[in-house]
Amino acid sequence: METLAIISGAVIGAAILMYVVLDGFDLGVGILFPFAPDEKARDTMINSVAPVWDGNETWLVLGGGGLLVFFPTAYSIALPAFYLPIMAMLFALIFRGVTFEFRHSAHTSIHLWNRSFFWGSLVAAFAQGVLLGALVQGVHVEDLRYAGGMFDWLSPFSILTGIGVVAGYGLLGATWVIYKTEGEIQDWARRAAIVLGGGTMIAMAAVSIMTPLMRPMIADRWFGGINLVYFAPVPLLTGALAVWLFYSILSRRELAPFLSSVGLFVLGFLGLAISLYPNIIPPSVPVWDVVAPRSSVTFALIGVAIVLPMVLIYTVYAYSVFHGKASAGGGYAHHEHE
Amino acid sequence: MPPIDAEILARLQFAFTVAFHILFPTLTIGLAGFLVFFEAKHLQTGEEIWLRLYKFWVKIFALTFGMGVVSGIVLSYQFGTNWAEWSRITGPVLGPLIGFEVLTAFFLEAGFLGVMLFGWDKVGPRLHFLATTLVAIGTAISAFWILSANSWMQTPQGATFIDGHYVVDDWLAVIFNPSFPYRFLHMTTASYLTTTVVIAGVSAFHLLANNKREIAARAFSVAMWALLVLAPLQIFLGDQHGLNTLEHQPMKIAAMEGNWETQSHAPFHIFAIPDQKAQTNHLELSIPWGSSLILKHSPSGVVPGLNEVPMEDQPPVGIVFWSFRVMVGIGFLFLALGAWGAWARWRGQLTESKWLSRFAVVMSPAGFVATLAGWFVTEVGRQPWTVYGALRTADSISPTVTGASVATTLVLFLIVYGGLFGAYLYYLMKLIRRGPDALTVKETEEKPEAIRGARPGLVVPAE
Repeated sequence: METLAIISGAVIGAAILMYVVLDGFDLGVGILFPFAPDEKARDTMINSVAPVWDGNETWLVLGGGGLLVFFPTAYSIALPAFYLPIMAMLFALIFRGVTFEFRHSAHTSIHLWNRSFFWGSLVAAFAQGVLLGALVQGVHVEDLRYAGGMFDWLSPFSILTGIGVVAGYGLLGATWVIYKTEGEIQDWARRAAIVLGGGTMIAMAAVSIMTPLMRPMIADRWFGGINLVYFAPVPLLTGALAVWLFYSILSRRELAPFLSSVGLFVLGFLGLAISLYPNIIPPSVPVWDVVAPRSSVTFALIGVAIVLPMVLIYTVYAYSVFHGKASAGGGYAHHEHE
Repeated sequence: MPPIDAEILARLQFAFTVAFHILFPTLTIGLAGFLVFFEAKHLQTGEEIWLRLYKFWVKIFALTFGMGVVSGIVLSYQFGTNWAEWSRITGPVLGPLIGFEVLTAFFLEAGFLGVMLFGWDKVGPRLHFLATTLVAIGTAISAFWILSANSWMQTPQGATFIDGHYVVDDWLAVIFNPSFPYRFLHMTTASYLTTTVVIAGVSAFHLLANNKREIAARAFSVAMWALLVLAPLQIFLGDQHGLNTLEHQPMKIAAMEGNWETQSHAPFHIFAIPDQKAQTNHLELSIPWGSSLILKHSPSGVVPGLNEVPMEDQPPVGIVFWSFRVMVGIGFLFLALGAWGAWARWRGQLTESKWLSRFAVVMSPAGFVATLAGWFVTEVGRQPWTVYGALRTADSISPTVTGASVATTLVLFLIVYGGLFGAYLYYLMKLIRRGPDALTVKETEEKPEAIRGARPGLVVPAE
């Protein structure tokens, strides 16, 4: 059962990582929205994510649903514990999501939907960062039930992680725009990527320093015995990727900045997994204490093994249909047609 | 124990958010099927009229689908925020069913929706048709899993309660629990019926306004054929579903019938004001033996009464009783509309009869009302249980979540959903008023090859 619990944890982790990277870039596009040079740039930006945003957001449903599948008890602890930031995220995602259709149909109210897209993306990203911080700092659990208050999640650390995720998603968004556009918008996105890349680096460094200071167990995980030797590649690779990120932006590469941003997220996520393992609800609930009964886990894992590869194949196909540069004209341009 | 107000507020919040959500899938499940039909006809005949219909209704599909997605994500998290105990106890059963819905349906829909909406000039016509078909299949698979999960809570089997949560013994028994086939067929037919009446109503509106008559007439004719089949089918399925409920959830039936005493020769109340406190009805207007005849197909059939269980185990009777009558009443109005359409068609007056068109316009939102009423019947009717007979609603909520938090988010949902619904209706009406694009080519000259280069209204470059 321990092995099943760890595999299940890995599946959830993979779903959340997919979500963070994929919805990260389209939430990032939303965060950058009001700073775009003009309305035409905004049309191009929204068109670059319109065909894929829905699929990207589905990974969030898989993350939440997956938690209920594999760790129903963890789900029943985490969601009440994070009640308010989760609700804030959901409301924000609503405003972000409806913008695609409404902005496209809007005529005079386009600025209203621009604002809805920006604030929706910003608040969703911030709330997700707060959730991350609240999880890392630990949850008060008694008898496998949440035993804290409604505002336990709120702390300087969770605010910091909130800001960090906003910067990180902004970076993903900016590098995505570099990849999907050309000319004036692309130049603007390069400048944005440098600023946001700097912000992301500072936030990552701050979180990496604060986490072990805050939780001795995590410090021991990284620095105890010879662990540092095993785990040293994570911070070293992160540093190398950061250099490559700035170099590739400045040398006007198109895809490399996006890939290195994704790489930064993957490494950050890996670092987090190293810090928290084997706890699904830090500091005291390991995966095997809350894993669903064997009959549920095996049934779900068989489904994942069969269906998820198919999902990945047609997701790649769907992206490939819309390869190449986005334009202001197609898709969800806001202008009235005919 | 949490204070009682948190429970009532959590129930209100869930009722509101799930009722709001279900409006949109109800339309998209059915509309996806019609889009497959329109596109298939276009591929088969090459007639431009089918393409115009596709491109008009796909805009409404996209608008509605987006609303369904954003309101659906809320639900997948609300299970945990407000109903933590329910999640912990039933998660091992319901989690995998919801997980399979995400894996086999949501990704399929989301993956090919992009191709369906924006892929016209990027993939060939057959591949585009495949995308439409896969999205339609995705909507049906989604209904399959979520209705299986809902039905398991109504008629649980295949799992044992051990150490504070359910452990599944037999997945097939869980998935194909006794009420699932009936609920699945009744709900998917409700979706198609609701969509049919929307298409009929919108087309009738264009007929009355003399707006692109040829296209509107074609859609009206298709919808009226569909209605002629679906309306009686739904009444039959509803009856079968009712008999299944009588077997497994007799108190729900007793509430639908407003029947307090277990009795033979039970009457059917056309009108009554149920009084739960006094355990009786006021102002009854009844058909003698009606209830026994409907439920047992015999006047001497014994129909269960609410007083078989203590008052705290009874569902709220008034809501169930009246929702049932609203649903059934609308069902028979649909039957009447279908019959009128058939008669008018036989006389060659289908698209000429102004009164038929007016009736269709008036009925166009009625499917949503009937669907919601049906859900009120089945969800309020299974109270006070979340898992029928096993887990009480009061024991399902999150113990630590305060009434103030639930109240705050409930008010926010009311405001936000209210505003969104207003915006949705505004843009929906805008699309409907404009109608399909006019036919550009004489039907005889239209060649199937011409489809490939055609660009939908959605992706015409903006000037």
